[in-house]
Amino acid sequence: MKSIAELEEIRKKALEKISIRSNSDGYRVVVGMATCGIAAGARPVMTSFVEELQKRNITNTAVTMTGCIGVCRLEPVVEITDPKGEKTTYVKMTAEKAVRIVAEHIVNGRVCIDYTIGYEDKK
Amino acid sequence: MQIYRAHILVCGGTGCVSSNSEKIMNEFDTHLNKNNLQNEVKVVKTGCFGLCARGPVVVVYPEGCMYTMVKVEDVKEIVEEHLLKGRIVSRLLEGGQNTEEIATSLDGVEFFRKQLRIALRNCGVINPEVIEEYIAFDGYKALAKVLTEMTPEQVIDTVKKSGLRGRGGGGFPSGLKWEFTAKANDDQKYVCCNADEGDPGAFMDRSVLEGDPHSIIEAMAIAGYAVGSNQGFIYIRAEYPIAVKRLNIAIEQAKEYGLLGKNIFGTDFSFDLEIRLGAGAFVCGEETALMTSIEGKRGEPRPRPPFPAIKGLWNKPTLLNNVETYANIPQIINKGAEWFSSIGTEKSKGTKVFAVGGNINNTGLVEVPMGTTLREVVYDIGGGIPNGKKFKAAQTGGPSGGCIPASNIDVAIDYDSLIQLGSMMGSGGLIVMDEDTCMVDIAKFFLEFTVDESCGKCPPCRIGTKRMLEILQKITEGKGSEEDITKLEILAKNIKASALCGLGQTAPNPVLSTLKYFRDEYLAHVNDRKCPAGVCKSMTQYVISPERCKSCGLCSKACPVGCISGEKKVPYVIDKDKCIKCGACMEKCPFKAIFKNA
Repeated sequence: MKSIAELEEIRKKALEKISIRSNSDGYRVVVGMATCGIAAGARPVMTSFVEELQKRNITNTAVTMTGCIGVCRLEPVVEITDPKGEKTTYVKMTAEKAVRIVAEHIVNGRVCIDYTIGYEDKK
Repeated sequence: MQIYRAHILVCGGTGCVSSNSEKIMNEFDTHLNKNNLQNEVKVVKTGCFGLCARGPVVVVYPEGCMYTMVKVEDVKEIVEEHLLKGRIVSRLLEGGQNTEEIATSLDGVEFFRKQLRIALRNCGVINPEVIEEYIAFDGYKALAKVLTEMTPEQVIDTVKKSGLRGRGGGGFPSGLKWEFTAKANDDQKYVCCNADEGDPGAFMDRSVLEGDPHSIIEAMAIAGYAVGSNQGFIYIRAEYPIAVKRLNIAIEQAKEYGLLGKNIFGTDFSFDLEIRLGAGAFVCGEETALMTSIEGKRGEPRPRPPFPAIKGLWNKPTLLNNVETYANIPQIINKGAEWFSSIGTEKSKGTKVFAVGGNINNTGLVEVPMGTTLREVVYDIGGGIPNGKKFKAAQTGGPSGGCIPASNIDVAIDYDSLIQLGSMMGSGGLIVMDEDTCMVDIAKFFLEFTVDESCGKCPPCRIGTKRMLEILQKITEGKGSEEDITKLEILAKNIKASALCGLGQTAPNPVLSTLKYFRDEYLAHVNDRKCPAGVCKSMTQYVISPERCKSCGLCSKACPVGCISGEKKVPYVIDKDKCIKCGACMEKCPFKAIFKNA
């Protein structure tokens, strides 16, 4: 170890790997993974989220799972909570939609209205 | 870089390892692979969470769910339910069995609410075998700060101002010790860490070394800089194989990163560290004996002064601190002396780790601010006494300490309040005793320990404690007299005044303190030939109540010496001369017809 800068660099790198264990101040992606969700294809949606976040090096976003939310007809359902605690519910998700949500919602803070539960219900 | 969406932290402390946590970890790997989750979920071995009674402990992030008493068979369910489907397995959650409100996060678990973790800050949070994880949680930042921004005097000043006192038992102000060593004039000085934790029931140092070994390495390097030493020694018992292994790994990693060795952080400060294994003699936890042992000689104490700060290892000035004391140092440097001294009581700053054991529900490791009451530790954190029994006393300080009776349960625990009560902080063992404990028997237990462990160098300890034990044996066998109690007191006071080292001087404490608070029990033993708690076998009789006995004969079958006889429709009887008082019959009786008659 030759300098503090070197230590700081190691610290930052390591922190990214374990940020999941400290209180996250970023987004939270919750994928409905009950039988209905899994049958409707929730798994590829979730892996798509994880891969996309990884590609973009976003570490303060936690991807977790939950059970059945109750709108099985709209599965796969994904709920995203932003740092302020605002919730957005996306329905009939696909792996491709997940990629767009990461880019628009998580990176740029713009909700993808056309994927949300409200939009789907008005159709 | 691989990002995982979930981390499974499995406790790798000695307590959980002995209840199969390694198998559980392998099982997680198997099931994660089976469900194709190995690239999404990471399994991490970590240090002690402190809730050893409920081990093995598994914590799943990002939720922070704490699963306790996990069995190998449960792993499949956790993987398939929680990790695959996102449904938390509530039956395995800590507190999930009996409360309506289930804590799905670590912070919500009652056991952790009143704790403040400074020395244990990383235990159960990081993987102790990965230096990067320690660095991620601000590890080695304090060392960097000290080497590049502070003078040795400033470091010592910070430690002094923090009010930190030695956590090994005596409670000597650490800053002063550092200052004495720094002021000693010599070309070679040493820094030592006392990890020879020997008190029965105490395991806080082991947990720190197993869960966060780098914090000790960092603190010792800081100490080396402050007192002007380039060589450190960690003296650790060979009975702590996991701690030794992780320390070795940690030292290797620190050397690789240049955090130990020459010219650390590009400065002209160099520091190296070596491990010395103790062979398990209790006396080697005494500072002068410890240093003699490091030198390769027989571990025996020598008179002080000269103190180690003047003449220590190989007659060179030596700084010797306990594991837990060192564990506080990086935090004090990072957060400042004011922060540390704002925690605790007037004369005892910071926190103390206690290994809580005995008759208590949550056996384990707790860290609380100084000044927390014994009631809070026993009831709020410890979860109270099992089977609805009454709290009788708590023993602190191991064989050097004494007991705190139930009447003082609201005492705020710090160095001085415990001394006032005739006990001492000690290294932090806290043994809880319920109403079924015989205090004379407890005193005898600790005396047996000191007699076994006396090094034999000075007669007061070698012969004196032996005589005390003989008197105690006489009393517990129902052959004592009041005169024996007086003799016991005289002996105790003389040993205290004349023994060579701290071990001998404090050996009579368990007797003196039980005599102080539970003299009536001693008197019952010698005058009435009775053991009020029904522990001392010679004074206990097992009796079958003829009214309750249904003549089922189960007791007779259970009796290993065949001393219970009877026949159908006639109550059974125990032959008192043959009875060995094992209690097997009492356990077996379905009608609760057998009593212990004190």
